[in-house]
Amino acid sequence: MFDRRLLLNFDWPLLATAILIAVLGVANIYSSTFPHTGDFTPFHLRQIYWLFLGMGLMFFILFFDYRTLVRYAYPFLLFCLILLILVIFFGRLTSGSQRWLQLGFFSFQPSELTKMGLILALTRFFTEADNPYGYGFRDLIVPSLIFIVPALIVFKQPDLGTVVLLVLIYASILAFVKVHRRTWITLGVASAALVPLLWHFLKDYQKKRLLTFLNPDLDPLKTGYHIIQSKIAVGSGTFFGKGFLQGTQSQLHFLPEQHTDFIFSVLGEEWGFLGSFFLLFLFLLLISRGLKIAYTSKDRAGTILAAGISSMFFWQSFINVGMVLGIVPVVGVPLPLFSYGGTSVLTTLMGLGILMNISMRRFMLSR
Amino acid sequence: MRMNLDKNGSSEKSPTFVYANIVLIVAFSLLFSRLWYLQIIKGEHFKNLSENNRLRIQEIAAPRGIIYDREGIPLVDSFPSFDVSFFQQDVSDMQPLIPVLSRSLSLDPERLQTKLDGAKGLPASHPLKLKVNISREELAAVETRRLDLPGVMVDMVIRRNYPYENLAAHLIGYLGEISQEELEREEFVNHKSGYLIGKYGLEQKFELDLKGENGGQQIEVNALGRKMKVLGQVEPNPGNNLFLTLDLELQKAAEEAMAGKKGAVVAMDPRNGDILALVSKPDFDPNLFARGISPANWKGLAENPAHPLQNRAIQGQYPPGSVYKIIGAIAGLEEKIITLETSFHCPGSFHFGNRDYLCWKKEGHGRISLRRAIVESCDVYFYNLGLRLGVDRLAKYATGLGLGKETGFPIGHEKPGLIPTSSWKMKRFGIPWQPGENLSIAIGQGFNLVTPLQVATALSAVANGGKVYRPRLVQSVKAPHGEILKEVGPGEAKTVPASPETLEVLREALWGVVNAPGGTGGRARIDGWDVAGKTGTAQVVQRREGRSFSNLSEQQDHAWFACFAPARQAQLTVVALIEHGGHGGAAAAPVAKKVLENYFQRHKAKPPSSLKMARRSSADGTEER
Repeated sequence: MFDRRLLLNFDWPLLATAILIAVLGVANIYSSTFPHTGDFTPFHLRQIYWLFLGMGLMFFILFFDYRTLVRYAYPFLLFCLILLILVIFFGRLTSGSQRWLQLGFFSFQPSELTKMGLILALTRFFTEADNPYGYGFRDLIVPSLIFIVPALIVFKQPDLGTVVLLVLIYASILAFVKVHRRTWITLGVASAALVPLLWHFLKDYQKKRLLTFLNPDLDPLKTGYHIIQSKIAVGSGTFFGKGFLQGTQSQLHFLPEQHTDFIFSVLGEEWGFLGSFFLLFLFLLLISRGLKIAYTSKDRAGTILAAGISSMFFWQSFINVGMVLGIVPVVGVPLPLFSYGGTSVLTTLMGLGILMNISMRRFMLSR
Repeated sequence: MRMNLDKNGSSEKSPTFVYANIVLIVAFSLLFSRLWYLQIIKGEHFKNLSENNRLRIQEIAAPRGIIYDREGIPLVDSFPSFDVSFFQQDVSDMQPLIPVLSRSLSLDPERLQTKLDGAKGLPASHPLKLKVNISREELAAVETRRLDLPGVMVDMVIRRNYPYENLAAHLIGYLGEISQEELEREEFVNHKSGYLIGKYGLEQKFELDLKGENGGQQIEVNALGRKMKVLGQVEPNPGNNLFLTLDLELQKAAEEAMAGKKGAVVAMDPRNGDILALVSKPDFDPNLFARGISPANWKGLAENPAHPLQNRAIQGQYPPGSVYKIIGAIAGLEEKIITLETSFHCPGSFHFGNRDYLCWKKEGHGRISLRRAIVESCDVYFYNLGLRLGVDRLAKYATGLGLGKETGFPIGHEKPGLIPTSSWKMKRFGIPWQPGENLSIAIGQGFNLVTPLQVATALSAVANGGKVYRPRLVQSVKAPHGEILKEVGPGEAKTVPASPETLEVLREALWGVVNAPGGTGGRARIDGWDVAGKTGTAQVVQRREGRSFSNLSEQQDHAWFACFAPARQAQLTVVALIEHGGHGGAAAAPVAKKVLENYFQRHKAKPPSSLKMARRSSADGTEER
């Protein structure tokens, strides 16, 4: 029987914020890919299709208790891993890295979905292995494996943006469960020791790409150029912006990926400080809403899950906007719900669905 | 609520969430303040930059790799030239530009328009190449009209130069602008439209090695498109260098010997398959391509009835003529159909079926055995042999010596030639092999087709004691600083299905062709160097009444001369083919001799066993006479 409390506890502000971000995103994709020549479906329309598909997925998730989802976390992660391995064999190669699976009409990016897979799997592990005295190094071997295996495959593609996100999500979740201080130190030392090892296994061009990520001045013709162009675009928007479809930088297509990773620069140029501030404020709202859900959830699974998803949104928006504004190295990370990208949209809406799910069921534990 | 949490054992929860909120607020404050800094504090500055000044990427082309001969002499170099490019972002309406541009650059306005239209999808910050290698006059015209030509930029680029012009043009190849279709290929992911890439020969085959990696400059330009400031620069990485087996001096000699003729010369080291010289005439000047070939010049080359773009040494398929008697002799000895003593009577023709097959010598050779049959190139002897041998046994030895299929020459575009068998003919024509055909193929007529390079590898195998080498042209690919990136060892060798004794008999007989009285290749004789060879005259038109004396050059026979020297421990194989040259001994042998002479003048060391060979052979000669 349907419980009325479910509806009562539905997080309407979260849904409203998400829809607002998505609508602004579509408008910006429209502008950044203007004029829409060519025979293919324009990006803003495709984004709308993906959004509807994602909303469907989001509402579908609401019907199941999130603890059911957590129960299927390991098979789900396995599914993500299989997709990642399929990419290695059948993936489409674009500009030197292999991230996409071609599925008939659309392409799919399993590394995006893997972020959700990681969050769910870690939630299940830390729920089952509850330890009120705090986790030691040995307790963290299994969760570290859960994190390292997908991270290594994604690293191989190479999709460094997603690797960075997986690392940050893992670290964030550890921060929300209780880990001994000396274990933190051990983990820090271990990962520092791992870096030169990984470096050794990289090919020359990958090393070069990584170095450029860390220091764009090494590549003033590509990444470095993009950063300057991106800063000019955002800065030239000043307070009110140049107006919809009026951005000279974006309309002349100075920037690569300006409908995906660099979409924020289009907003900055055309809507100025006002528009950019508003969007950032929406993200702040979204993330703090997620944190609040984590806080008010009454079981461990809900807390860890909501905190993990919020941290994913947080790191993605911070890295993406920071990169466009030139304070974070350039790594390919989409802005949730705002950047063009089907898999990213689906993953984000899936995350939002789970957040709403946790929020809805926060009074149902007594059962 | 807090009480509730504590009951669930989440006493750690609140401090963690306080920290999380602090991190969130700090991170977003950072973004807000950065936004404020860029848009409010520096906003006017960036607005100015976006409106008045422009940043661009200007490419710096990587110097293309150099191609060296075996002594390290460069066969290509470079020279500076000027290109005109256009930045569309500077101009909202290009229509008024077109007449000015087309006049200054002498470009067809319509062609210019299509070029501009084609660039619409490109990012605005990247230039579109309008014309490459403009003349001094065009450079002056553009420079003086600068004010009427916003967005137009002139860059200096380093262009490929071929100092020896036509020399080895078919090997070196040429460059051309990358096509749309090529751009879409996986291997050219780092290439951009407007690039010149290798389209033929080594330039094409080793494109990815030779190309290097372009660098570039990030520059700031003013409203007129003039460079104001360099903001960043990446040095280009020069391409890798090729080291060939080619010997420039020998190549020059071969080219000279072939001047004015049509055909091919291949000079090969029989000890390892190294190509020392390879000439195909008529040829072309690759410089025409490096400077952006004009449509008229291209048409002239592509539609020339003499096919100067064809590499006759590897693509020309000719009947081998009497050169093929070498194969027949090996097959006959190996299959024990003949011995050295077996002799046939040559009355000047051979009657078979209801037809007379003629010997080139009307009065006939009389009673003749293998050695003199080769020396004097008696056709009747080989008619007899061919009839007893049959097509398939002959084909076994021909393919065993590498004929009838590609030799594996590294620049590609090679033709396989054709060695017929009875089953091949059945499949191809549906008609069984006729016994009479055994006669024609034994003297290298009929369906047989070979390339000069194949003849060189086959003859080298006779010279070196039975090894068919895959011809080697490129020894190594080296990085600009000398590190060896790829090394090509001496070509792999296949062993010929013939005993050392048989090959020794052949070497000796071939020595006689050049050195014995009555030999057909006397014009290639060099004192003290023991040249051994075989003449060949390949009929172009099928005739029944002996050799034609037609004056029509199109119907003249192709002249072959295939030789090596010294006969013992050979150091050089030379094959010359002169299209429509007439008789092999008269037309082709002198060409081969010039190549041999050049080589031996520079390699003075005498072969150790030359005297012994000479003595024994002359004794044979007197015996037969």
